[in-house]
Amino acid sequence: MTAVDWGWFPEHIGDMTALTLDHLSIAVPAVFFGLVIALPLAVVAHRVRRLRGLILGASNVLFTIPSLAFFILLLPVTGLTRSTAVTGLTIYTLVVLIRNSVEGLDSVPAHAREASVAMGSRPLRTLLTVELPLALPVIMAGVRVATVMSISLVSVASYIGYGGLGQLFTDGFQRSYTTPVIAGVLLTLLLALLADGLLVGVQYLCTPWARSRTRTARTKTSRTRRTRTSTAGATTAPSTTATTQGKGV
Amino acid sequence: MQSGKGLRMISFEAVSKHYPNGTTAVDDLTLELPEGGLTVLVGSSGCGKTTTLRMINRMVDPSAGTVRVAGRDVRDSDAAELRRSIGYVIQQSGLFPHRTVLDNIATVPLLLGWGRRKARSRAAELLERVGLEAESGDRYPHQLSGGQQQRVGVARALAADPPVLLMDEPFGAVDPVVRTQLQDELLRLQRDLRKTVVFVTHDIDEAVRLGDRIAVFRTGGRLVQCAPPARLLTRPADDFVAGFLGAERGLKLLSLTTLGEAEVPHEPVTPVRTDEPVAEIRVGGNGGSYEGTQGNWRVAVTPDGAPVGWLDAGALPAGGTAGDAGLLPLRPLRDEDSLLAALDESVSSPARAVARVDGDGVLSGVTGQAALHERAAVHHTAAATAEPAEPGGEPGAGGGRSGQEVTGTGAVRTAEATS
Repeated sequence: MTAVDWGWFPEHIGDMTALTLDHLSIAVPAVFFGLVIALPLAVVAHRVRRLRGLILGASNVLFTIPSLAFFILLLPVTGLTRSTAVTGLTIYTLVVLIRNSVEGLDSVPAHAREASVAMGSRPLRTLLTVELPLALPVIMAGVRVATVMSISLVSVASYIGYGGLGQLFTDGFQRSYTTPVIAGVLLTLLLALLADGLLVGVQYLCTPWARSRTRTARTKTSRTRRTRTSTAGATTAPSTTATTQGKGV
Repeated sequence: MQSGKGLRMISFEAVSKHYPNGTTAVDDLTLELPEGGLTVLVGSSGCGKTTTLRMINRMVDPSAGTVRVAGRDVRDSDAAELRRSIGYVIQQSGLFPHRTVLDNIATVPLLLGWGRRKARSRAAELLERVGLEAESGDRYPHQLSGGQQQRVGVARALAADPPVLLMDEPFGAVDPVVRTQLQDELLRLQRDLRKTVVFVTHDIDEAVRLGDRIAVFRTGGRLVQCAPPARLLTRPADDFVAGFLGAERGLKLLSLTTLGEAEVPHEPVTPVRTDEPVAEIRVGGNGGSYEGTQGNWRVAVTPDGAPVGWLDAGALPAGGTAGDAGLLPLRPLRDEDSLLAALDESVSSPARAVARVDGDGVLSGVTGQAALHERAAVHHTAAATAEPAEPGGEPGAGGGRSGQEVTGTGAVRTAEATS
């Protein structure tokens, strides 16, 4: 183990770019599919009280399976393919995404939902035009955690050959050469920060009503505060579980 | 205060609502609500008034009985379509926090497929109608005050011009001053629009103020009495209703009648102009003075004839004009003001009389305390002894319970009031 070899970086820009793109091609679909699965499940969990515990419990159980074991278990099904990596990560995003989506739907003010129904909206329209937009801040908090988590977890899939920047870890480890490992860590970190920033921007654009809050927080301070704390609570809770997960790796 | 054309717009026929946990929200309700009338459902919490309201637009389905809107059983309509034809205003406005004011108002027109442009222009029209500035259209609900939000809630309910408007404690969460404004606005709107309004509140003063008819519910979802406010106040069906109406039923009744309606006489008066020199004011002149509490009181008016205060002609300063003398405050009353307001003014007036003005605010006469009391008592007796003459008849008679008159108590009350 030696110090960082700075000369390595300019020589490997091409490799690093390719691996970064590879990394994203695993992490991004994982979050996307996670959301596609989580949203309907969250809606069911939100509407049908009896299934709520079952759905949240099941996603928790899946989360506790060590990630490495997961990829190995998936191998007979999906083989040594990119799908294995994506599938594994998708399942990991579920716990965060389902929980936050349910909490998001819970946070929708009852009077808004009720007004929508009473105005004559059918259930699907109420869901799409009132409940989901109002749940968006909490759901997005979950998406951000899931995204950052996926980006850091991709490296585990390097065990089956689809680790993105994680390949740099294996490479460095096998050659007892620190520089690629450091490069991998820095790039993963950078990627996670950029993705998170991008999502913050997307959320800002999608929730124009939340922007003017600070300007005129005169009459509705209590209500605003309530939504804020629930958002914050939802963000912190899953991220702690995500950190614990790091040990499983 | 007549209740519309008397056609039944909404009717409850032996309607009950029981919940699986054994509670009865509404018990065997039979009630007819006339078209164009404003009916207030009133009662303490848990008396089934909100459930009753929500059965009209199928937010709650009854366990037994039939609810009809415009003669049609609501269960025969598709719930969502029915709701689009019924305006609904809920407590704390229930506005969509993520939509601008204009988009909130346009909700139902958009659901009805009006198209965006037409829906928004209709929304802008309604914004003005409920007394909000056009600029508020692009704001979000949380940027408005509670009272403004409530106005938007009313505008949203009226957007598709529904014949029926349901209001569930709409003004419960605003302060008393704003609430009074909103009530005035609602009455003004209702004079123009003549919707069939069902209004739920637990505030009896609000009910008396707004309602053409008031339906009083008691715990267990039983309708006790449904009658026009004057009838309810003079002849409460039982002790429960009497208790709910509170101790000052006589005064509440006076609040319902204007001076014009009660034909309270204007007594001619010669006022003192504030620019009149003190030397020319004669004590007890021209029958214009009132021997009130410790003094000889005359009405002081501006050169335009608007009354400004009471002047004690017996205690004038040595020189100057009448305007330099200390005037005691006076609240001029128009014919549209209520008997209660006049009574209140007569109690606080040093002259034991009230100054009356015409539509332009010019003094038109005075009314002494005695005459006022006399008219108030006559009016009260008339209201108490009036036969139920409205075309819809006493509602809820089908149940054999509600709307029944307790004549004995009624007669006693009349005697109390006149003595």
